[in-house]
Amino acid sequence: MSLEVSESNMQCSKLLSAKGLSRQLGERILWRNLTIELVKGDRVGLVAPSGSGKTLLMRNLSLLDPLEQGQLTLHGRAPAEWGLPMWRSHVIYLNQRPVSHSGTVKQNLQSILLWGNHRHRCQWQENRVCSWLATLGRDADFLEFDAKRLSGGELQILALMRAMQLDPDLLLLDEPCASLDTTTTYGVEQLLHTWLATDKRACIFTSHDVGQIERFASRIQELIP
Amino acid sequence: MTSNITSALPINNAGLACSALLILINVSLSIVFRLGLAASLLKASARMVVQLLLIGFVLQWLFQQDNAPLIIMLGVVMSTIAGISAVQRTKQRFIGIYLNSLVTVMASSALITSLAIAGIIRPVPWFTPQYVIPLLGMVLGNTLNGMTLGLDCLMEDLCNKRELIETALALGATRWEACQEQIRNAIRVGMIPTINSMMIMGLVSLPGMMTGQILEGASPALAVRYQIVVLFMIASATALGVIGVVGLAWLRLTNREHQLLLERLQTRL
Repeated sequence: MSLEVSESNMQCSKLLSAKGLSRQLGERILWRNLTIELVKGDRVGLVAPSGSGKTLLMRNLSLLDPLEQGQLTLHGRAPAEWGLPMWRSHVIYLNQRPVSHSGTVKQNLQSILLWGNHRHRCQWQENRVCSWLATLGRDADFLEFDAKRLSGGELQILALMRAMQLDPDLLLLDEPCASLDTTTTYGVEQLLHTWLATDKRACIFTSHDVGQIERFASRIQELIP
Repeated sequence: MTSNITSALPINNAGLACSALLILINVSLSIVFRLGLAASLLKASARMVVQLLLIGFVLQWLFQQDNAPLIIMLGVVMSTIAGISAVQRTKQRFIGIYLNSLVTVMASSALITSLAIAGIIRPVPWFTPQYVIPLLGMVLGNTLNGMTLGLDCLMEDLCNKRELIETALALGATRWEACQEQIRNAIRVGMIPTINSMMIMGLVSLPGMMTGQILEGASPALAVRYQIVVLFMIASATALGVIGVVGLAWLRLTNREHQLLLERLQTRL
């Protein structure tokens, strides 16, 4: 009995496990038999040269692309048990170049809360979003900006808020700070650091900035064919 | 349609030839402005003339037939041609697009035409070709236009809005939640010609069927009644056809795992 308890405790700290993932692009093998285990609080820097499939790996983990080989589980449950939209509510992939709908930033953030999967899970919490924005040096006015006229960096902030408000277990961040100035980049790191630690979440991220990987990653995952 | 045989004035061969000269206006315009349409205009004209003359003979023979299976078979052939043509002009395609189009066009036109035949016009016998064939033809001709527009619009929108759709999916949207804007838009675009033509009906355009009946000596009041029935048939069949073909295409370009499968699209060369 006690053994079972401790095992289930171990299960609890384990977030995502990927076993035996392989992916090919035409003839080229991007990675083979890849195994990733993520526990709560992990900040994994994904390191590999350009074009070696970092983005594709993230798309695979969020199951935006079909898995060619291997298994994924989150909290010990397979994607099919979660249902794919629910899986992706817990494992959110953030695109390198975020996009937005027309309307204000606030409308962009609120509209996705109406989807079937989020309606009963998440609520619009303006205070929480504003406190996140404050960490990034933005005030509440940002919520009223026209989302179609945001700069690349502001879009990345919008995308981050949009994902964080859904309380995911795991964020897959593809170059999250590529278009941000240095101050805001530090802000994002600080925000994520606190947010990931307090609620026992994890993230995988890529960056062209070696300094960021050294500062922010709790460990490194290399992607080798 | 009416028993009095005050038929239209005949058009002799010389008259037909004269009317063909009208196409020279288009051809010379195309040459002057270098539209590059001259060849296809001539080809289309030639096809139109040959197809119509042939169908004139076929219909003359057909209207004397008293054979239900033959009429139904002809209906199936017409629907098949419509189903194939609906896909022929789209910019992109995917495996299964022809089947989708055929299934949709047959289901929608068969349903609407048989409702109108059995419920409203009630010819005796029910398969009287003089009614069934032209009605089905008009329904098919309009449905296929709507289907082409709707399909083209959906495929293009899914490609153009790919990042927005995948962002929605990545944030936990179902494939319906992620694509509904594009689906709605495609259905709207597919319905525009039908709605437009109903809006201006009688004010700007006198539809071909009505014109024909009036030239044949039918009373305009009766011709108008037929036209109203036909337009409602067209509107409902087009709606069913567009929704069907757009919906099936959406199902084909996504999957149960709520993934967007645009690699299934091929651009037509």
